[in-house]
Amino acid sequence: MKLRIFVTLKPGVLDPQGRAIHKALGGLGFGGVNDVRAGKLIELDVADDTSDDRIDAMCRELLANTVIENYRIERV
Amino acid sequence: MKTAVIVFPGSNCDRDIATALHEVSGVAPTMVWHADSDLPDGVGLIALPGGFSYGDYLRSGAIGARSPIMRAVTAAAERGVPVLGICNGFQVLTEAGLLPGALMRNAGLDFVCREVALTVDNAQSVFTSRYGAGEQIIIPVAHHDGNYSADAETLDRLEGEGRVAFRYAEPVNGSARNIAGVLNATGNVLGLMPHPERRIETAAHGGNDGRRMFEGLLELVGA
Repeated sequence: MKLRIFVTLKPGVLDPQGRAIHKALGGLGFGGVNDVRAGKLIELDVADDTSDDRIDAMCRELLANTVIENYRIERV
Repeated sequence: MKTAVIVFPGSNCDRDIATALHEVSGVAPTMVWHADSDLPDGVGLIALPGGFSYGDYLRSGAIGARSPIMRAVTAAAERGVPVLGICNGFQVLTEAGLLPGALMRNAGLDFVCREVALTVDNAQSVFTSRYGAGEQIIIPVAHHDGNYSADAETLDRLEGEGRVAFRYAEPVNGSARNIAGVLNATGNVLGLMPHPERRIETAAHGGNDGRRMFEGLLELVGA
């Protein structure tokens, strides 16, 4: 079973990388960009019988730092 | 009293902290590999060094915090053994949940490598007893991910409980409330981004503002 885990910064947490990307887009002449937030995509290939709880635990215990990040699990 | 330095793949300040502990206490610390599961019996102080454990993969300190030895470090911290995390060691301690908050990419995105002025906020802890409250000291920083972040409630609690050990005297990396080092609730775990182990010599070698941390600490733990 293939999974995609999207890890994103929580709203309100300042994102220096997103801000730098935003600025660089402006520098290239791409106006009208209201905001940029950078995150991570982690692709997992797990055994088909892996439970939702177990996938969630992987996210909580390692893949995301829930102090500053949210995560979303997508089944491919 | 024994001291231990945890060595992760990618640690690069492990010998610096070992030298500092050896010089100040007269006894060489035990170097403990991250994949080990046990600390030396009767260990009185554990240091987590600076560096780039696991190449900072995923998040700085994230993989190191899940190393086998961290179960023993957590158990020792819960028994009250002092644990000192410097730079990457601080990142490991937050990732392991031994300290609150997180260390994010520096606000300017740059790697900051220079001496900074720190203000000693709490001079009552086992780590800071040789400093005066409000004293300003000079210690170098060298990091990319030192931007301390926590929610406002956590920051208020840390300040209210005297758990901010050190602050930057001026903004260095975007850290919330200029926090450079924090203590756990019981005061026996300290994480800080600056490198006190790099300031243990004399003025001719950069100064000795870091040395007092080890002198006070080693005296209090009887090492």
